[in-house]
Amino acid sequence: MSVTLDDNLLFHGADWDFGTIQRIHDAVETIGVGELGLDVYPNQIEVITAEQMLDAYASIGMPLFYKHWSFGKRFALHESSYRQGLMGLAYEIVINSNPCISYIMEENSATMQTLVIAHAAFGHNHFFKNNYLFKEWTDADGILDYLEFAKGYITRCEERYGHAAVERVLDAAHALMSHGVHRYPRKKRPDLRSEERRERERHLHQEQTFNDLWRTVPTKGAAAKPPLSEERRRALLELPQENILYFLEKSAPRLQPWQREILRIVRQIAQYFYPQRQTKVMNEGCATYCHYRIMTRLHETGQLSDGSFLEFLQSHTNVTRQPEFDDPHYGGINPYALGFGMMQDIERICAQPTAEDRDWFPDIAGSGDAMAVLRDVWANYRDESFISQFLSPHLIRQWRMFHLVDDPDQPELMIEAIHDERGYRRLRRSLSRHYDVGWSDPDIQVVDVDLAGDRRLILHHHVLNRTLLHKDDAQRVLQMVANLWGYAVVLKEVEPATGAIFQEHVAHPHETLF
Amino acid sequence: MYIIDRRLNPGGKSLANRQRFLRRAKAQIQRAVRQTAGDRDITDLERGGEVSIPADGVREPSFRRSGEGGVHDHILPGNKRFVEGDTIERPPGGGGGGSAGGDSGEGEDDFRFVLTRDEFLDLFLDDLELPDLAKRRVATVETQGMRRAGYTVTGSPVNLALLRSMRNALSRRIAMRRPKSEDLLRLQEEIDRLEALEGPSDRLAVLRAELEQLQLRTRRFPYIDPIDLRYRRFEPVSKPVAQAVMFCLMDVSGSMTEHMKDLAKRFYMLLYIFLTRRYKHVEIVFIRHTHEAKEVDEETFFNSPETGGTVVSSALREMQRIVEERYSPDAWNIYAAQASDGDNSPNDGATSAALLRDVILPVCQYYAYLEVGSDSDRMQTGFINHKTSLWQTYESLLEEGANLAMRKVNHRREIYPVFRELFRRRDAEAGARVP
Repeated sequence: MSVTLDDNLLFHGADWDFGTIQRIHDAVETIGVGELGLDVYPNQIEVITAEQMLDAYASIGMPLFYKHWSFGKRFALHESSYRQGLMGLAYEIVINSNPCISYIMEENSATMQTLVIAHAAFGHNHFFKNNYLFKEWTDADGILDYLEFAKGYITRCEERYGHAAVERVLDAAHALMSHGVHRYPRKKRPDLRSEERRERERHLHQEQTFNDLWRTVPTKGAAAKPPLSEERRRALLELPQENILYFLEKSAPRLQPWQREILRIVRQIAQYFYPQRQTKVMNEGCATYCHYRIMTRLHETGQLSDGSFLEFLQSHTNVTRQPEFDDPHYGGINPYALGFGMMQDIERICAQPTAEDRDWFPDIAGSGDAMAVLRDVWANYRDESFISQFLSPHLIRQWRMFHLVDDPDQPELMIEAIHDERGYRRLRRSLSRHYDVGWSDPDIQVVDVDLAGDRRLILHHHVLNRTLLHKDDAQRVLQMVANLWGYAVVLKEVEPATGAIFQEHVAHPHETLF
Repeated sequence: MYIIDRRLNPGGKSLANRQRFLRRAKAQIQRAVRQTAGDRDITDLERGGEVSIPADGVREPSFRRSGEGGVHDHILPGNKRFVEGDTIERPPGGGGGGSAGGDSGEGEDDFRFVLTRDEFLDLFLDDLELPDLAKRRVATVETQGMRRAGYTVTGSPVNLALLRSMRNALSRRIAMRRPKSEDLLRLQEEIDRLEALEGPSDRLAVLRAELEQLQLRTRRFPYIDPIDLRYRRFEPVSKPVAQAVMFCLMDVSGSMTEHMKDLAKRFYMLLYIFLTRRYKHVEIVFIRHTHEAKEVDEETFFNSPETGGTVVSSALREMQRIVEERYSPDAWNIYAAQASDGDNSPNDGATSAALLRDVILPVCQYYAYLEVGSDSDRMQTGFINHKTSLWQTYESLLEEGANLAMRKVNHRREIYPVFRELFRRRDAEAGARVP
């Protein structure tokens, strides 16, 4: 054994213990917070086994979750493909909570643990804490407590009302999960105290301006109340409403209180995960960029050996690999690759802008402080706006992107745009739309309900690009909506421009179910 | 920063979810298990393994766009030769440029996953139940035992509950204000002191009267009284018998071929698995017979050849002897399965029938007769309703209403269905009669 004295490596070889993890964390923190200016929640790092990782997979990565058969199904699926060697496990899972919990696998080598801590405990952590969508929609302080409550509540419901009844509600709620989120911040409802204060003020005002004379003025006699106008009636029900779960929770006439609460739990959880779907590229891009900078810096300062650095580079390039479209391995655009590419591109634009960059990005080109720009980007954008703002012609050329349109009315596929002067903006616009969940999720809204008549609920699907809903699934989900609503439900697939109806699905509730 | 080691946390967090899933898809999984069991060797049955069920039953539907129809566009990396306005021939099978159907969601294929050994066997045996088990449970599956059940005021001295009795005595003494021995002692000392000090005085007289009063009271309320006594009470309860013995009877005379023995073996194995699932402790007794019967070990039972005639009653007698010696029907659930090619010596039929009816069947939970034939027999049985002598014997017993199941099996693949049929849950016992 020869150990050099001036050796300031964090670790030797692949083995690690808790002391090593602590040293790694501190070194990464020095660089991440000190040099990159990251702003993170306190970290909590948990070491788990492969089996526990599978468990975590099954419950969408959350440390505790209520029980449902679909998680068991997911577990069985993952377990069998993991056992057959078809699937590797992630190196880490990170949870948007305060403190920020990162799970790291016990099998990882010391280098991988360093990478994982830099990636998850600092990259993702910074993004969770600072991005506006997460700030708006998620409550990092309360999520674990809420999940604890949800788990307990659903267990109590199961004990009280039976597994089958709870399962039916959960099944229906899960089917509607993608249509159970608020996409825009809603008006804040006044709380009881301010309501009371307002009422007092009004009352006071009436007392002050009271004049008995008005009582003597002859009136026309109480006219018959005019029937509620259509508009007013819909406004009272908050229609049209795109959050179907919310509408059912608040307005379905035949649900029991516990059933409403379960819908609410599923809705809250869907809302919690809503930002993650919209920031896949940015979130991974941010984390990948951070780990790359931190690992490089650790190597430069001699805290990471050459061997470890090569091990890191190997897995880094694996993660950020983007096969081309004609490659048999092509499976869509890799969010790690696109995110990391764009972050590096922004760094380049800040440091060494070309004339083209100055034209396209006058605000940031040559600003010199890439980290400040990136921190601002990470805080204030989501995938769709990020790409439509920051995808540069340079990167489009580098990736040799092109836009292909498949119109069933045309005999052949059409190349709409390629990486040239005419195509940059159109390419960028189309790509950013792919990341807009408002565009990629079918737009389904509750538009009306015939309260005076047979209480039939009317849903509209605003068809985009003439793509209808998957018929089988739509019918199944609609059946669940009908069961929750308690009366018939009709779903019309409407062309928004012309109002033409392509298709109509109808479902009647199973009376016995609820 | 905190580091938490979760590796030692109890595993199986997903167990509850998994059970819910299995329950949800029970019908489909059971069908799949049945199919798998038919395909694989019975020796593998204990192993669990992968099953696949149609994805339809466990689908999680959602509102999503269908893959076909409508305009789709794709942004793809790696352009090599296209320029704007180029058209490309539609690749066969629809879709566009290599990312066909990217958003079509989960496939419609079968859903494959792995069952553990226990789950597999549980499902496999789930809808099997022994015939008449419910009826007989009261009579034979249970045995009497004693259990503590509170206290009683009468009983034998060995059952005296000392603590409880003394507690009662103490509370009675307190309630009745029985004088304490210290008080008596103190009073006596006081009197002695006064007597020694001076002559008779008023004070002494008062004290003496008081002492006498207290002594009287002490005698009236004894330290322990018969009404304080409590005895431990026991009550009889019925305990299920958790052990079973399985008798394997087999004809090993020359007419039994290897094939027939193999069939019999498989049936025994299945029966064994079945019993181990139901009972804590299962023993097996192998009895082979030609014209005379012998209890042997498993190896000899299946493998060593023997020659001689065929007298079934010898095996039944041997079984009777062993039951009397070692397996009291009160303490054991007795199962018997007999395999034979159906030969029996002509003058033994009546003896066997009588033995079976009067001795064996009354002590057995279940008696199965499996008639094994050779592969080529199948054709024959189709049009000639050939009945072997043993079959005829047992059939007559069945007609008398004996609790006996019998089947004929020619091929390995028929064993499992036969087994299922023999042990199927049924309301009427009519099912067992039709061969």
